[in-house]
Amino acid sequence: MSEQLAVPLTGWGESVPIGLPRLVLFRIGTMCLVELQKLRHDRTELITRAIQPALWLLVFGETFTRLRAIPTGNVPYLDYLAPGILAQSALFIAIFYGIQIIWERDAGVLTKLMVTPTPRIALVTGKAFAASVRALVQALVVLVLAALLGVGLTDNPFKLLAMAAAVILGSSFFCCLSITIAGLVLTHDRLMGIGQAITMPLFFGSSALYPVNLMPGWLQAFNHINPLGYEVDALRGLLIGVPAELGLDFGVLILASAVMIIIASALLGRLAR
Amino acid sequence: MTAPLAVRGTAIRHRFGDTVAVDGVDLNVPAGMVFGLLGPNGAGKTTTLRMITTLLPAPIGSIEVFGVDVARHKLAVRRLLGYVPQQLSADGALTGRQNVALFARLFDVPRARRRHVVDLSLESVGLTDVADRTAGTYSGGMIRRLELAQALVNAPRLLVLDEPTIGLDPIGRASVWDHIGEVRASTGMTVLVTTHYMDEADQHCDRIALMHRGRICALGTPAELKAGVGPDTTLDDVFRAATGDRLASDAGERMRNVRATRRTAHRLG
Repeated sequence: MSEQLAVPLTGWGESVPIGLPRLVLFRIGTMCLVELQKLRHDRTELITRAIQPALWLLVFGETFTRLRAIPTGNVPYLDYLAPGILAQSALFIAIFYGIQIIWERDAGVLTKLMVTPTPRIALVTGKAFAASVRALVQALVVLVLAALLGVGLTDNPFKLLAMAAAVILGSSFFCCLSITIAGLVLTHDRLMGIGQAITMPLFFGSSALYPVNLMPGWLQAFNHINPLGYEVDALRGLLIGVPAELGLDFGVLILASAVMIIIASALLGRLAR
Repeated sequence: MTAPLAVRGTAIRHRFGDTVAVDGVDLNVPAGMVFGLLGPNGAGKTTTLRMITTLLPAPIGSIEVFGVDVARHKLAVRRLLGYVPQQLSADGALTGRQNVALFARLFDVPRARRRHVVDLSLESVGLTDVADRTAGTYSGGMIRRLELAQALVNAPRLLVLDEPTIGLDPIGRASVWDHIGEVRASTGMTVLVTTHYMDEADQHCDRIALMHRGRICALGTPAELKAGVGPDTTLDDVFRAATGDRLASDAGERMRNVRATRRTAHRLG
């Protein structure tokens, strides 16, 4: 080993050499890069995870398009459904990311990350964006599937970018929600159970499958506090051009993710004890 | 004028619920040494390391790492540390090189030097040839060496190893110690290590603290400790004398750590 390693490579002591905002940005970049590296080594996951959204679009979507049971105005039901399924597959990936956090805790990986000069909030934000990277790749697969099935998607690059932003924000929120639950329940099994128990209500309690005005009153009320509802509304507005309250949708998603990142950061320490 | 201290712990204490894990320990680790923390399961070794590595909330009592207060300057302390936890903790889905590069990034090694530093770290633990294989294909001993490489990227002044040879075969154990020795010799860093293996402690540690029920019950060089018990004794005898022959009798709750290690070893092995 050469002399070079014997000299501290970075400054130390009283001052942290990099300001917090830059540190958070660096860590987000690092975590996203690692996520992409992992995806490259295991591409089967991309395919297996595409099966469920494909079935929703092919079986449920095609059937209900024919049935015309759900009134969606002059938009074909399959077109109406596609953004909802995109949001759903991103939701599943993000929620179960918390399980990976518990595995990382059990395997010592999380403790090791926590002994690097990475503030908790940077670690959580990094993880949230890493989950978003995974969700985005998945979203791309769903988009291609939908396009193949003849869904009339936008080709406006700005709208597609805004769609990516909505997926990132939604996934960050749900990833941090699952880290928060992980920090509370601390075990795989319980998190698995809770994850399964909450994903379906979140999905059915949003406008992913049917318009809000068809829901009973209590479910409409739930949809108003369900970030997935806002994500679906934004995706639908951007991708197939139905009227959407984009300002409100993005406002809620940004606020919800920021709050959830802070809560998850506060609970992350519990996983290291 | 005393020798500079890598770790100065004063009256440190930690409890989990009703269990007092560390009960008023004074721990001074002189710089440049391999310092062994020994004791039965549940003695408080891992908890002590977790306090030093900023993983537990602000300790009762005070801990300084090279004069930097652990409670007040967590990030600054972490920049001085390399840490290898009990579990085999490399990411099996990444290659060896990617595992090390991740830590180089997390320690803000400048991009211009990153590649070089990663190569050096891998070379120093003898993993250059297999660096581009995923860590999931590594043996337990190789993963341990990979973790050592990860801990070395920031040229730590204090390397903290929690039972680095647990679950390894004799060849793997010897290899891990060889690499720890080489790195220490070439960098002069301080090594703080816990282990259950008395023969390893005897052979590789400059100074040893024996912990039992959250307290330090014996402290000295291996030779001093053995001489204190009698002629022709081994560290095992010292251990028995110090702990009252109740080896692992109150292992209780922190056995879960050992279980977690085995589970991981199984998954990655």
